[in-house]
Amino acid sequence: MERYYQKEIETADREQILAWQNERLVKQVRHVWDNVPYYRKKMEEKGVTPEDIQSVDDLHKLPFLTKDDLREAYPYGLLAKPLKDCVRIQSTSGTTGRRVVAFYTQHDVDLWEDCCARAITAAGGTNEDVCHVCYGYGLFTGGPGLNGGSHKVGCLTLPMSSGNTDRQLQFMVDLEATILCCTPSYAAFLAESIHERGLRDKIKLKAGIFGAEAWSEEMRQDIQNKLGIKAYDIYGLTETSGPGVAFECSEQTGMHINEDHFIAEIIDPDTGEVLPEGSKGELVFTSITKEAFPLLRYRTRDICVLTRKKCSCGRTHVKMSKPMGRSDDMLIVKGVNVFPSQIETVLLEQGYQANYQIIVDRVNNSDTIEVKVEMTPENFSDNLGKITEMEKGLVSALKAMLGIYAKVRLVAPKSITRSEGKAVRVIDNRKI
Amino acid sequence: MTIHQISVFLENKAGQLAEITGILSENQVNMRAINIAETADYGVLRLIVDDAFKASTILLNEGFILTMSPVVGVAVPDTPGGLSKVLSVISSAEIDVEYMYSVFSQKDEQACMIFRVADTDGLASVLDRNGIAMLSGEDLGLH
Repeated sequence: MERYYQKEIETADREQILAWQNERLVKQVRHVWDNVPYYRKKMEEKGVTPEDIQSVDDLHKLPFLTKDDLREAYPYGLLAKPLKDCVRIQSTSGTTGRRVVAFYTQHDVDLWEDCCARAITAAGGTNEDVCHVCYGYGLFTGGPGLNGGSHKVGCLTLPMSSGNTDRQLQFMVDLEATILCCTPSYAAFLAESIHERGLRDKIKLKAGIFGAEAWSEEMRQDIQNKLGIKAYDIYGLTETSGPGVAFECSEQTGMHINEDHFIAEIIDPDTGEVLPEGSKGELVFTSITKEAFPLLRYRTRDICVLTRKKCSCGRTHVKMSKPMGRSDDMLIVKGVNVFPSQIETVLLEQGYQANYQIIVDRVNNSDTIEVKVEMTPENFSDNLGKITEMEKGLVSALKAMLGIYAKVRLVAPKSITRSEGKAVRVIDNRKI
Repeated sequence: MTIHQISVFLENKAGQLAEITGILSENQVNMRAINIAETADYGVLRLIVDDAFKASTILLNEGFILTMSPVVGVAVPDTPGGLSKVLSVISSAEIDVEYMYSVFSQKDEQACMIFRVADTDGLASVLDRNGIAMLSGEDLGLH
């Protein structure tokens, strides 16, 4: 039997959902107009006032927000509540090094955790379950989001955070974890480790909720078979709250977007024009319940398809496909957002040239990133120790910028192919 | 007494060294000493050649990254304890050796070591005071 965390909301009919959306959107636009001068200015430039937005049908009149806006408005420019009303920030890396900082009131945290609780319940979670969360905790939304959702469902929550495989497996076995929350690549890695150590019979997992990076249907089958579980996808982004914006149900054919909190649109990434249902395009979200950081028409840059086909799980909220790509050059490596421009910034700061190549791969189900950099006369020395010191400096500067380890490969000058016009900056060898 | 060493950046991939030696050979440059220091991904090829100016010009034109450094050639008696004595003289003078390598001897009963230090003149005077012979370019067959 299908379980719901908030049945009346999750299975509400289309009219009811639209009624909520209309009412909340109108209220939200007014809230933003009154409290966010940055967005108000954008609206004024477009000649739009709150009176022009009477329902979801008017949504297309509003200006878009992009990651560039978040950068420009950093840190408080898009804040819609006084700081004294905020209780939390979460953060993610942005372009050219400036981070995205999102603010939450207690109400915002509650609603976010509700969304995660819906996802856990859809994956079969109840208060009888032991929920093992090995998303990173801290600024990254993965850990805090699922942790909060797990509390709401009443699961015994294991706040493992990422890393330390030995400890992960020990707790998983000893405390009989039943639901695993982490990135799909880490799930695949844990599955391998469980297999190698012959622990398959000792684990009690029944479901996994895996998100924050792209994964294929094949990878799902592989994880499901190796762990003997059902693997569910979850979607979200820091800008709109975190994981739980959308989640998969028992049908496993796409993720229900929590439409009582977010209005989803699909647009043509080039023209910004709204596309009809079923079209492939860029996903745009409008947060209609967030108090502190209410982004209107935020362009996610994720390319996907929306469908309102009736779902066998009984949920009525619109479903999004797995993201099929990006409309910008952002890479997701180990669940972390990486922009080539961030790497370029570090290279220039460290005295290297902006001629580089980023090679992303997936080895043993784990993402790797390598940055090929050409040696320069200034950085060269007859003393190998001095070169390796400089290389180490570059590795730690990249780590500080990206938040993950990137291997550096120093190569001979002019050995990185310069194609005519646009350089090939990124080679993604992952088969996702 | 200073000898000019050419150091070239080498990417660890097949044929890199052969390419350099090939270029030098085509241009009639004779290598007198060769030493490589490397990591898994790259290395530094250190060369002493008969005509350092010519060799470096050619290699730069071919797009290699290189640097010239002064090094000191030391005649080490080819007997047990020969190198030990030289090193103890250097360390007593508190001169740090960045690296060193041996070169085929040009003279009988003498080994030849190349020393790279920060203060080349300082090393030369210490060796001189202690009666340790240094090798001239001529000794190494340099132009």
